[in-house]
Amino acid sequence: MTTASVPLPAWINYGLIPLLNLILAFFFSGLVVWAIGESPFEALQLLLIGALGRGEGIGFTLFYTTSFIFTGLSVAVAIHAGLFNIGSEGQAYLGGLGAALVALAMDHYVPWYVTMPFAVIGAALFGAACAAIPAWLQAKRGSHIVITTIMFNFIVSSLMNYMLVRVLIVPGKMAPETRTFLPGGQLPKLDWLIAMFGGKLGAAPLNFSFLIALIMCFLVWVLIWRTKLGYEMRTLGISPTAASYAGIRYSKIVMITMLISGGLAGMMALNPVMGASARLQIEFVGGAGFVGIAVSLMGRNHPAGIILAALLFGILYQGGAELSFDMPSITRDMIVVIQGMVILFAGALEYMLRPAIVRFYQQLTGK
Amino acid sequence: MSFDSPKEPAIELVGIDKKFGTVHANKNINLTVAKGSIHGIIGENGAGKSTLMSILYGFYQADHGEIRISGKPMTIRDSQAAIAAGIGMVHQHFMLVENFTVLENVMLGAEGGQLLAKGVASARKELKRLEDDYGLEVDPDAVIEELPVGSQQRVEILKALYRGADILILDEPTGVLTPPEADHLFKVLRVLRDQGKTIILITHKLREIMAITDTVSVMRRGEMVATRKTAETTVEELAELMVGRRVLLRVEKGAAHPGGVLMSVRNLTVKDSRGVTMVDDVSFDVRAGEIVGIAGVAGNGQSELLEAIAGIRKPSSGEIFIDGKPVAGVDPAGLRDLGLAHIPEDRHHMGLVLKFEEYENSILGYHRDPRYGRGPFLDLDAMRKDAEEKIGKYDIRPPNPRLRTANFSGGNQQKIVVAREIERDPKMLLIGQPTRGVDIGAIEFIHKRIIEMRDAGKAVLLVSVELDEIRSLSDRILVMFAGRIVGEKSGEAGEQTLGLMMAGIAA
Repeated sequence: MTTASVPLPAWINYGLIPLLNLILAFFFSGLVVWAIGESPFEALQLLLIGALGRGEGIGFTLFYTTSFIFTGLSVAVAIHAGLFNIGSEGQAYLGGLGAALVALAMDHYVPWYVTMPFAVIGAALFGAACAAIPAWLQAKRGSHIVITTIMFNFIVSSLMNYMLVRVLIVPGKMAPETRTFLPGGQLPKLDWLIAMFGGKLGAAPLNFSFLIALIMCFLVWVLIWRTKLGYEMRTLGISPTAASYAGIRYSKIVMITMLISGGLAGMMALNPVMGASARLQIEFVGGAGFVGIAVSLMGRNHPAGIILAALLFGILYQGGAELSFDMPSITRDMIVVIQGMVILFAGALEYMLRPAIVRFYQQLTGK
Repeated sequence: MSFDSPKEPAIELVGIDKKFGTVHANKNINLTVAKGSIHGIIGENGAGKSTLMSILYGFYQADHGEIRISGKPMTIRDSQAAIAAGIGMVHQHFMLVENFTVLENVMLGAEGGQLLAKGVASARKELKRLEDDYGLEVDPDAVIEELPVGSQQRVEILKALYRGADILILDEPTGVLTPPEADHLFKVLRVLRDQGKTIILITHKLREIMAITDTVSVMRRGEMVATRKTAETTVEELAELMVGRRVLLRVEKGAAHPGGVLMSVRNLTVKDSRGVTMVDDVSFDVRAGEIVGIAGVAGNGQSELLEAIAGIRKPSSGEIFIDGKPVAGVDPAGLRDLGLAHIPEDRHHMGLVLKFEEYENSILGYHRDPRYGRGPFLDLDAMRKDAEEKIGKYDIRPPNPRLRTANFSGGNQQKIVVAREIERDPKMLLIGQPTRGVDIGAIEFIHKRIIEMRDAGKAVLLVSVELDEIRSLSDRILVMFAGRIVGEKSGEAGEQTLGLMMAGIAA
């Protein structure tokens, strides 16, 4: 209570404290690794080399990062207006349908750069549509958005099962997925980006949607901090009573915010659907929507922080996969434990060290 | 420990020093409070009164200094230790469980054992004894939320006494009370003192200090600047000590020159979210160039009335006219366009977004105005320039538009709101509790601005629970009780008359 209000310099707030949290997370993860009889240092080394060692590893890391940036932004935009959107997972899933329909319709006729803007819009529209009903229920009926967005994750999952098994499946095939898009419905790989740093992308699926994600980061920053709409969202998010005093309409802002949030989640689908596998597959989101919540919290709901947090989770995903490959006793589940540690220390317990650091800082500066 | 000599100090604070980061909240404070006395502590907001009392009650630890209770040095680590040392605190905002009975609240945290029955019986007996001894009559089985505020406060006092408090700290105890309730509180405090209890009264109301205390200490900017025997000082001297310069306690204003009716309210009825009628068939007019004050004890419908006129709350029936146009149902943004400005009662939750930087708050409600940015964008430079102008004109300190609003003192926060609303040059001004939690220096400033608005021909509707404020500013006074306007008086009406009307006794 007494130290919470003490201001700290930015380098401590945004640099030192997250770094210490991360070190703690890795320390406890190391204990777990040590407990099952492996060397923590070797594991860490394998993880980092796997994620960042070669061009291909970096390509995979940035591929995961791209997805997490989209879902992280989705969660962050909603949080700025005081809404906890837990449905990014389902919104991204439905966004995949939007992107796939555009790709299937256009890939025969036009090159990728003509398809892309329509695919972006399609993915965003479908994602937004998925958020629209929970938003409307929250705005007009007061049904809690956390509950309704969770329910929509299940609804979308069932709907997509139906679509892929009954409607979009290629006749005569077993796999519940669409046909493979022609190059006109794919996003190009970013070989040149990795080549700029002297690496080789190899088989890694890093693609153009990474750049779209970065552009969205900038646009979200402009929206939140440089527009009147963003001002109204932030006012509502911090103080609903002040918003009503200022004549900011609750239902309007809730609707707009959730449509934007759902749209950003929907765009995540561009990355795996049009960038990596070039077809719509079942369960392609794979939890990226939920990771977005952790990314947004860790990144302090700021686009710059979200990029860094998404990168961290990208490293954990890619490095973790390599690690479980090289150290068979460390299973996929162990990697989830390590990721859980990071979320625990860097997200949930982010203020645990703060009082001690404040006291140390005060002693140091003699105040 | 002798009870015979009243001169023996109950509390001695020696060299208490406390810093929060760069803020030096308490500088080498020395204070002695005699046993069996009522000792007042006054000072502006941010002078360090609350910090000092929080140290005494164990919320904070002093960086240096010593606390002695009845001559014995004590370390008070937490409120538990404070209670053990015989210190009880009555907070400004009550710490009661609303749907518990009086008895349950008093017992809370001192139930005595795992099973309730035995504890309840002995607590009931003890409570009865305390009520008889100190004249604190409250029904032990009444549910808190059904009790009037004055009685709730008595429950807080009983809670402290039940835990064996010999020293009672009261933090701004009369803020929520009607004048008759405040008188009753003072009676109780005198009885407690005469029975040997020691009372520390924190307040910013000089009149109360004069009425009830035996000695008074003045704090200013973290320092204890003076301690006086109440009988040997004056209101003027205390005000000067608090502010550090001479202050005008009475607002100077000339006669009003009311013009045409700018705002009228007809048969307005407002219900709250539970469907309870808060404003009941209220009608009145406000003319250009006059200040109409609405007096009343908090919770009698004034807040709802103000919010309904400001467009925040939908009236369930009745009409509101601005310039003759019906506006019931128009939202706050639409009303602002019609020239209605609103300084809301609760600056923390309504008038300001505390986490925003100062310049962001200086456009709240007017953020769609093209002067703060074209199209959908905000022009941060224009906003900051505008904020800086207001900061200069209204002497808002510190003069930093990039500072978080929460880090300004109460008075300066209120100035941010006042500046924003008045600088729009509105035709009509709604004002709720303009000086709640605001220090004397800023009160004087804000009152002057309000009078200037009136003299510039604006219609001003003022709601305040501070009767002094209503009386000194208003040209006409309407008294609200239980949602109705029970009477109208001129600005010169006596406090006694108004006090009785506010209590619903006489019209």
